[in-house]
Amino acid sequence: MKLAPSRRLAGISVISALALTLAACGGGDGDDTSTDGDTGGDNGGGATSDLSGSIAGSGASSQENAVGGWIAGFTEANPGVTVSYDPTGSGTGREQFLNGTVLFAGSDAAMSEEELASGVDRCYGGEVIELPLYVSPIAVIYNLPSVEAENINMDPATIAGVFAGEITNWNDPAIADANPDVELPDLPIVPVNRSDESGTTENFTEYLTATAADVWTHGPVETWPISGTQSGAQTSGMIDTVSGAEGTIGYADASRAGDLGTVAVGVGEEYVPFSPEAAAQILDVSPAAADATDLRLTIDLARDTTEAGTYPIVLVSYSIACSVYETEEDAANVAAYLTYVASPEGQDRAAQPDVAGSAPISDDLRERVTAALDQITVAG
Amino acid sequence: MAVAESPPSDPEAPPKVRVGRTPGRLGNRVFQGISTASGIFILIILAAVAIFLLVRAWPALIAAPSAFEDVGFMLGRDLWSWVWPLLFGTAISSVIALVVAVPLSIGIGLFISHYAPRRLAQGLGYLIDLLAAIPSVIFGLWGIQWLQPLVSPLFTWLSTNGATAWLEENVGPTIFTGYQAPARNILTAGLVLAIMILPIITATVREVFLQTPRLHEEASLALGATRWEMIRQAVLPFGRSGVISATMLGLGRALGETMAVLMVLSPGYLINFYLLQPGQHQSIAANIASHFPEASGLGVDALIASGLILFIMTFGVNLIARWIISRRAEFSGAN
Repeated sequence: MKLAPSRRLAGISVISALALTLAACGGGDGDDTSTDGDTGGDNGGGATSDLSGSIAGSGASSQENAVGGWIAGFTEANPGVTVSYDPTGSGTGREQFLNGTVLFAGSDAAMSEEELASGVDRCYGGEVIELPLYVSPIAVIYNLPSVEAENINMDPATIAGVFAGEITNWNDPAIADANPDVELPDLPIVPVNRSDESGTTENFTEYLTATAADVWTHGPVETWPISGTQSGAQTSGMIDTVSGAEGTIGYADASRAGDLGTVAVGVGEEYVPFSPEAAAQILDVSPAAADATDLRLTIDLARDTTEAGTYPIVLVSYSIACSVYETEEDAANVAAYLTYVASPEGQDRAAQPDVAGSAPISDDLRERVTAALDQITVAG
Repeated sequence: MAVAESPPSDPEAPPKVRVGRTPGRLGNRVFQGISTASGIFILIILAAVAIFLLVRAWPALIAAPSAFEDVGFMLGRDLWSWVWPLLFGTAISSVIALVVAVPLSIGIGLFISHYAPRRLAQGLGYLIDLLAAIPSVIFGLWGIQWLQPLVSPLFTWLSTNGATAWLEENVGPTIFTGYQAPARNILTAGLVLAIMILPIITATVREVFLQTPRLHEEASLALGATRWEMIRQAVLPFGRSGVISATMLGLGRALGETMAVLMVLSPGYLINFYLLQPGQHQSIAANIASHFPEASGLGVDALIASGLILFIMTFGVNLIARWIISRRAEFSGAN
């Protein structure tokens, strides 16, 4: 913050160097080199300390906890940069990004064709960058204090039947057969859904549609299509509702499951409980989206995979930025921040259970992310 | 002062007032200007809010019914068939709140004004006022964490007792039919709202009851009335308009309450009186708060249109309240 403006000009030229430095640091060279450089305040080992200014982002609330961790980690290495993130929701985030209110956005859904077109103006003739930097398993959570087993096994068709209101008791044969070792109570099932428009609902119903379309006939939706159900606003409302009575079942960001039981989901021949590794694996078995480019790394999730050990109910949230920014300061700061987010250090930080419990992206994906971030430049 | 300020009636009498500039004239004008400006300012703000709502809601008001099919949270309904259930949900939650809160408030108000020892009355008054300072998000948390588990056994009993079962079998569904835990239904929401509007109603009726003319009360007692008869003959008739206006103040808060309803209610878009079922009702304010973050385009316009309708509803309620009070002006505390 105390740096003279002229020194900011150095920012843009060091982006790629910085990106490499950070990637190298996280890669196992030892993280302390970058923090040691800060104390000198000079260009020694810490090119990071040259950055200053502030960048604001907004968007998906699903990313909120992870972004909190990333901002803390990024600010440790770059004390001169203030990063803020307003969890306004994916739609608002994309809107605010496109009208220039914020410099980057978080969104559970990739941008539509229309939005990408208006993104060209917003990005000073450049392109919109979309990076899948947040992968979070969605847990199917239940409240059955009498069941001591760690997970209850359910096939996709069973999960769909429960949420469609067709399977109504916990001792239903469809559930009991999959859980021979668990004593299930004779208790009505109370399915709980999100009452607001939600990316979690969308991802969950996409999964149901992909795996059990004959049972779940409502298709993928953002707003729950069945009326007369228990529901809660936001993830906290969902957790409160599921915790509020016995026999409830819902779906939420796995990091927020807390003490509630979680369902092991039927994939192929086995039942897979959620874990970051199992969730991250789905990115490896999924093809790229039709309109993906080397700047927009959007993915078509293969939710109906039968690959062993893959947890198929995940939420992928994109970080959205511009390939061209108005000032060098903005370009340098956004690139540095997103490079940190993609780095092993940043991904591991978000993966910690007390931060966001997300699934770290693979090295292969990271390489392509870094290549995209290297293309961030300044207008003119 | 009264003598000094009155102008001398007899010009030949020695002047009793100081000649020269009238003291305080500048102050008078400044104060008059400030208060007039304040009065006009509130009108301007009100008009600005109304214009904002109307302008932003206009695209939704004139849009073709089919245009709303793309708005996810409206579930394929057009504007009016979407707003009516919300309006109904807003009204029913507020009515439940009033049914619970008004008798309770009158009881508390009477206790403070006529029964409690003075010292206790003062302390109790402060405590009630303190309730008004609690933010509504806290009431929401309180509703989820404390009230819902507490009322759940009661609701279960209401829903499954012999009378309800008999009625269901012989007449049809009752208002208590089909309770499902957790207690995230419109009755719970109404109860939380009732606690929230209690302080404002209590504070107003207490003040009105305290203003009952002493002579009315003493006349009643002198005729041999007990204290309860005195309250019925003197205090309640005198305070009637005050109770009505207090009720309307409470209703105004209940209609617009957002956070608490959002947190304790499983919302739905139906018009019925199943008070204990989840996913049946929703209030306008909570619905806006729930969907605004993810809304875009026509969805935003529709939400603002529902806000405009709530604005008109609240305005109408207040107009009716004013009209009732002015009809009974002879009872107002000002005489």
